[in-house]
Amino acid sequence: MSHHIVKADNLYYTYPDGTMGVNGISFTITHGESVALVGANGAGKSTLLLHLNGCLVSAKGEIRIGDYQLTPKTMKAARRSVGMVFQDPDDQLFMPTVFDDVAFGPMNLGLPEQEVKDRVILALETVGAAHLKNRPPYKLSGGEKRAVAIATILAASPDILVMDEPTSNLDPLSRKRLISLLQTFEHTKIIATHDLDMALDVCERTIVLHKGEITADGPTLDIFNNEDLLLKSGLEKPLRMQEYKPILANLKKKTHHHDHDHNHHHHH
Amino acid sequence: MATIENNLFDIRTMDTLASGNTGLHRLDPRAKLITTLIFIVMVVSLGKYEISMMIPFVIYPVAMVVGADLPVFYLLKKILIVSPFAVLIGIFNPLLDTQPLLEIGRVSLSGGWVSFFSILIRFALTVGAALVLICLTGFNGVCMALEKLKVPLPFVIQLLFLYRYLFVLIEEASRMIRARSLRSFDSGRMRFKVFVPLLGQLLLRTLDRAQRIHLAMLCRGFDGHIRVAKPMTFGQKEVIFILSWSCFFILARRYNLPVIFGSIIEGFF
Repeated sequence: MSHHIVKADNLYYTYPDGTMGVNGISFTITHGESVALVGANGAGKSTLLLHLNGCLVSAKGEIRIGDYQLTPKTMKAARRSVGMVFQDPDDQLFMPTVFDDVAFGPMNLGLPEQEVKDRVILALETVGAAHLKNRPPYKLSGGEKRAVAIATILAASPDILVMDEPTSNLDPLSRKRLISLLQTFEHTKIIATHDLDMALDVCERTIVLHKGEITADGPTLDIFNNEDLLLKSGLEKPLRMQEYKPILANLKKKTHHHDHDHNHHHHH
Repeated sequence: MATIENNLFDIRTMDTLASGNTGLHRLDPRAKLITTLIFIVMVVSLGKYEISMMIPFVIYPVAMVVGADLPVFYLLKKILIVSPFAVLIGIFNPLLDTQPLLEIGRVSLSGGWVSFFSILIRFALTVGAALVLICLTGFNGVCMALEKLKVPLPFVIQLLFLYRYLFVLIEEASRMIRARSLRSFDSGRMRFKVFVPLLGQLLLRTLDRAQRIHLAMLCRGFDGHIRVAKPMTFGQKEVIFILSWSCFFILARRYNLPVIFGSIIEGFF
């Protein structure tokens, strides 16, 4: 299934105001791979994502989605196979009701009405939001909005999922639910994120970006064990891989105020 | 700012009302829209001294409110909130038009006062009818009806987006205002020097968001048409609804029903 391949070849992009976006990026992501795109703020993650379905067009270099090179002519086909989940669900949910919003993509594909309905229900059930279908998007909670935003993409059945910060602004439980959801998807996934713990759970491969360039590309666990590399790229180990170091000042306060508790611990 | 947020909440209340399930709610939005439009045209076209002819028109909004079980005081409050506009329009009439027109007991009313009240009444009737329409069909329902009635699509899409992003915009504005007020310790009033950049900032943010939304739409195959899968059925009920109300409006517009009614009753005694 070669059409699930994403290939970037020597991409360059500079914003009109002179800000450098990406500076010579190349990678190949094959079918079914799940790749985390990590890097400090302004490293070029979002810029790179916007290239993947032609929202931005690079000054130099090319993108291949499946068998075609991404050009204005192949844009439509590319957008069918690449589904993009934006960072702010409010940007993505623009229709009056959740149902209409999820139906937007399939309707634009020109599918018959019954199939649109089936797809919408299936997509909403997949993300666990079927009960929200008649609600207006602005009344949903942050977690619900995110789930519905993902459903809007699933409904068009893309081969490749591209996500920008899917776990940002979620409460711990919603985040956990989202992670298990992402683990069930068999699509090729490209996820830009600061949530390295999520990357650890969802992606077997990680690409590290720094100032518009790729500084590392390899198995997630190898990269997260390389502390020098992480530090140089403005990152740190996922919290789960860090040792718990109690903060001395807090401990002192605690001993001071709760003498009892402290003694108690010693007895054990 | 509190008032901004309260009003925001109020708009949402109307949408909640629209999700009711009475016979009037279930009626095709187009039927309600057309009827409301005819109602408004009839009321607005009444002469400025013809207060008595306006009375029968009250029946329509009242019937809708009763039939759909809408909260009366909520609607009256809404009408009251916007009424200063109507007062402002009519307030000079009593000064300009001082010819006595009506005598009630010993008090004589000038033409100016009569036309002033007629403006107020027409205003209350038309705004009331429009509010009832929104409460019965919801804003989106009205937009869909407009589209089905062949109103140009860009116009309808504008309205839909305006309504969808009004909330986001108001929330953004109120966050900015809150951020400002938390850091301006000296006075509660906003100075012009602060207000202008704030407004500019809001505009830029809005443009940014518009761009992101457009991208999100393009990513999902937007090609200039918004397709909505919502079957509307224009059946016998709708035709009867439009025809019977329109007949009533035309009658009330053509003949002075209260006077005819009065003379019939007088005939009995």
